[in-house]
Amino acid sequence: MSDITMRVWRGDQNGGAFENYVMPKVEGEVILDVIHRIQATTAPDLAVRWNCKAGKCGSCSAEINGKPRLLCMTRVDQLPEGEPVTVTPMRTFPVIRDLATDVSFNFEMARKVPAFNPIPKPEEGYRMQQIDVERGQEFRKCIECFMCQDVCHVIRDHEENKPKYAGPRFFIRYAELEMHPLDTNDRRELVREKMGLGMCNITKCCTEVCPEHIKITDNAIIPLKERVVDADFDPVAWLGRKILRRTKRTSEEAAVQPD
Amino acid sequence: MTEREHHEYDVIIIGAGGAGMRAAVEAKQRGLKVALITKSLLGKAHTVMAEGGAAAAMGNVYKEDNWKVHFRDTMRGGKMLNNWRMAQLHAQESPDRIYELEEWGALFDRTKDGKIQQRDFGGHLYARLAHVGDRTGLELIRTMQQRIVSLDVDVYMECKVIRLLTNDDGSVAGAVAYWRPTGEFVTFSAKAVVLATGGVGKSWKFTSNSWESTGDGHAMALWAGAELQEMECIQFHPTGMVWPLSVRGILVTEGVRGDGGVLRNSEGKRFMFDYVADMFRAETAESEDEADRWYDDHSAGRRPPELLPRDEVARSINSEVKAGRGSPHGGVYLDIASRRSAEFIRRRLPSMYHQFMELAGVDITREPMEIGPTCHYIMGGVRVDAETAASCVPGLYAAGEASAGMHGSNRLGGNSLSDLLVFGRRAGMAASDYAESKASVSINEAQVSDYIAEALAPLERENGENPYAIQHDLQELMQANVGIIRKEDELVEALEHLEVLKERVKNVSATGGVSYNPGWNLATDLPSMITVSICAAQGALNRRESRGGQTREDFPKADPELGKINFVQRQTQGAGYLNPISVSPEPLAEMPDELKVLFEEAK
Amino acid sequence: MTTVENSATRVDNSKTPVVLGGTRGGPDQPTLRTDRWWLAPVITVAILSSFVVYATWAAFVNKDYYAGASMHRDLISPFYSPCLTQGCITSGASIGGHVLSWWTISPALLILIFPLGFRMTCYYYRRAYYRSFWWAPPACSVSDAHKSYSGESKFPLIMQNVHRYFFYFGLIFNVLLTYDAIMAFREPGRGLGWGVSVGTLVLIVNAVLLWCYSLSCHACRHLCGGQVRSFSKHPIRAKLWKFVTPLNAKHMQFAWVSLFFVAFTDIYVRLVASGTITDFRLF
Repeated sequence: MSDITMRVWRGDQNGGAFENYVMPKVEGEVILDVIHRIQATTAPDLAVRWNCKAGKCGSCSAEINGKPRLLCMTRVDQLPEGEPVTVTPMRTFPVIRDLATDVSFNFEMARKVPAFNPIPKPEEGYRMQQIDVERGQEFRKCIECFMCQDVCHVIRDHEENKPKYAGPRFFIRYAELEMHPLDTNDRRELVREKMGLGMCNITKCCTEVCPEHIKITDNAIIPLKERVVDADFDPVAWLGRKILRRTKRTSEEAAVQPD
Repeated sequence: MTEREHHEYDVIIIGAGGAGMRAAVEAKQRGLKVALITKSLLGKAHTVMAEGGAAAAMGNVYKEDNWKVHFRDTMRGGKMLNNWRMAQLHAQESPDRIYELEEWGALFDRTKDGKIQQRDFGGHLYARLAHVGDRTGLELIRTMQQRIVSLDVDVYMECKVIRLLTNDDGSVAGAVAYWRPTGEFVTFSAKAVVLATGGVGKSWKFTSNSWESTGDGHAMALWAGAELQEMECIQFHPTGMVWPLSVRGILVTEGVRGDGGVLRNSEGKRFMFDYVADMFRAETAESEDEADRWYDDHSAGRRPPELLPRDEVARSINSEVKAGRGSPHGGVYLDIASRRSAEFIRRRLPSMYHQFMELAGVDITREPMEIGPTCHYIMGGVRVDAETAASCVPGLYAAGEASAGMHGSNRLGGNSLSDLLVFGRRAGMAASDYAESKASVSINEAQVSDYIAEALAPLERENGENPYAIQHDLQELMQANVGIIRKEDELVEALEHLEVLKERVKNVSATGGVSYNPGWNLATDLPSMITVSICAAQGALNRRESRGGQTREDFPKADPELGKINFVQRQTQGAGYLNPISVSPEPLAEMPDELKVLFEEAK
Repeated sequence: MTTVENSATRVDNSKTPVVLGGTRGGPDQPTLRTDRWWLAPVITVAILSSFVVYATWAAFVNKDYYAGASMHRDLISPFYSPCLTQGCITSGASIGGHVLSWWTISPALLILIFPLGFRMTCYYYRRAYYRSFWWAPPACSVSDAHKSYSGESKFPLIMQNVHRYFFYFGLIFNVLLTYDAIMAFREPGRGLGWGVSVGTLVLIVNAVLLWCYSLSCHACRHLCGGQVRSFSKHPIRAKLWKFVTPLNAKHMQFAWVSLFFVAFTDIYVRLVASGTITDFRLF
């Protein structure tokens, strides 16, 4: 069988460069297999983060030919035949070494999410209908590969936005909580003011790269934006509140409007 | 030497899978100072790979279900080698643990009346598995992870614990670890330590386990003076992918069979009807018609044989392949395409659909899957007290796959997720009790510097052996000699080779620096991989019978006498990687009469 | 570091700040993509620019937008509906009448504000023009062309949040254009006064496509039922939401097709009205 040329970026905080590795092709392999063979033969210290190798844990995120991909779910035979395969670390996060990046930004943003706060548990236990959990279940498919965070230009190209931008991964988390049939918190102010929802300009790259095929933009970010409009930008609602001297609707009130 | 990072905690938990996180939640809720240490990122642990569901006798689908039935299923699945008390606690407490997850935000699939939906699985008499499509493990881990974050537990990510630290009296004092990103060492002093390090599957060539499953907890416990048992009982999951070769071993959920998938050989025959053991004959369907009726109404027929416990199914597949009736790539066919609609398959088994589509180019709504057994789970582990999950080392606890007893010689599908929750919580409680009763602890600097020197040795050694080569040889050896079917001479040979590998590890060298160096990381994993491999081979050699996850070609039947015995392994001539491990038979605790009755009734 | 405060819940107490700075991995290049990522933005620019040029011309030209009784037809261009001037009054065809006799330049300029506003603030078009015109970013994992970026969080782009009002106005226009399509069955001064011509079909298809575009809108989906927490407690909203959700998945397609077709409808009416072609009568 023919060979495959891997152009792998190697380096750390002090900079780096591409190194080429020529490996024999093996039928059915994914890029992570090739990287593993490079480790086992010529470069044992080639750093790559991975765990399950089955597309379920979201550890092996990197960029292949400039696009965010899971290394374990990208088959060699899907890439252009005969061309070298460029593998680089995720661009948005500081590099640790080679293909491994410091993704702690995401864990910090996770800490800022106000926790799930359910209604008191009724005696017979919680009841929820399938139709009510399905929206949230889509978002809970997220494997936290952080490729949506990586591809989002708001932080990919603008380091200074990082402290004030939760990113698509956490927008789906906020959306999940806002759509959870038992939750009582209203996080709309928070998402608008501190989590940078307004910075998203819905260019949908997050949806394009999601390995779980979550409709991040259509099903989470835009509905969140519309919920924020309900709370903050709806002039009729604003006028109504002024006239009736009411405070902003809580999410609970918003949820029990008559049909 | 520069100053080393050091932390003091009441309880440290090693491993951030389901069991570790559940233990951390428990200890943190008690107001203790808790650290959760994981060698991967938070939320990546192997628990995410669990697909089918978490078994709990909630009775949401079949009212007849209760803890006694679940207990009986678990014991029979484990071929009665289980610690009966653990199986009882598990069956009694798992419904509460599942409901608890809901309070923390989990979104399980629902029944029509809004309760948690439950699905059928091998070895469970009733539909019992709470699930979310075929990604239940992910739901569990994310829920626990979010709970951990909201409780503000200190989490040490990509921090690999290399050894436990002990006091002069043998009790546990803490642990020494290194940060994988920087390679810097860090010590923890702790009043109590919970091991929740998961399994050992990485020592086999074809495994559903990730690189993390190197048996760190098993080995560290042994080296610290704890006892292991049932290390020979390793579950080979009947349905792993077999092709392409690079994905061989990746799991195909049992949910495929629970939802109507059947196994066929190359002749198209549903061969499982030929392999029904006497123990299960009374409750297993005799014809395809009867089996097919069962899916819709469990009272209209008996269970399909595809849903026998995993050890039975894995052995049967193995026999079919050996008899020359296998698929082109050495497996058999798992067919759901011809039996269920494409829409049903995509809704119930979305990640299986994607897994086959993307990795093998197979559309499971149109074609059958090629599958075969894959190393999946170790029933054996640290010998613990049923109520407290305490090992014989004071202050050391173990839960989840790292502990033994709960599953006997074979685990039922779905029992691992509920095991994690039930015993993770119990370990967290007992560790907290112990920590509260103890004054501060201090660590032994001499121990620390020895362990650090040991860990750094591969980097300082020049022209030694490539750690990947040793790992490769170990995997080949274990796959060939301590695989699904075992023989006396092969096991003896394996033990001889393992001694050689043990020596080779002394001469391993890693190139590069300390920062995120997978070669060096692997070199520090090798001692535990080899230790658990030796334990598995020793146990397999001693247990001269076939029972659950231990199948001996030379002793194909179960021996009733051995069914009353645990093979317990410990280090009697000094603890540590290089010291020998002894095996001794010890009697199983006897079940009280009121539980024995349950098995009489079933006959 | 930033701290997050929210009265409803816990105050953030994370100990470590967000990691900022640090060298990023990979070479410092705008993109490593080797595929033709520039193709989509180029096509978008070409099509949208052509439409804008044509629409501007068509709006200013202020003639040939109505084929009336003299041709035994009642076809009005969507760019000029509702009828606001004398130019399109024949036997009470389009509603509106000559309400704005003081308005002397093209009435299309008044009318087009609304559909234009609807499309300008549409979530799909935003994606299209942010990528292709504004290059923020031109394509995924291709670096954007701006030094600083605040997206839709500040004026003027924060005004995008009024999208749902344009949606409401859009609905009014859909009703008017549907009325126009029905009126397009009229054949004043001939036979029974009713018939079907190619022009009738063009106006009907145009109205249908505009309904599809409006109903598939994200704001519509939200207003139909997306905003509730529990569908089972709001069954009617759940039904509405379930109806528009599959349409919403095709919003992009509807956006393009309806855009093409509205221009085509204008062209068709213009050609008929100017006498360049004859509106073929079908039955």
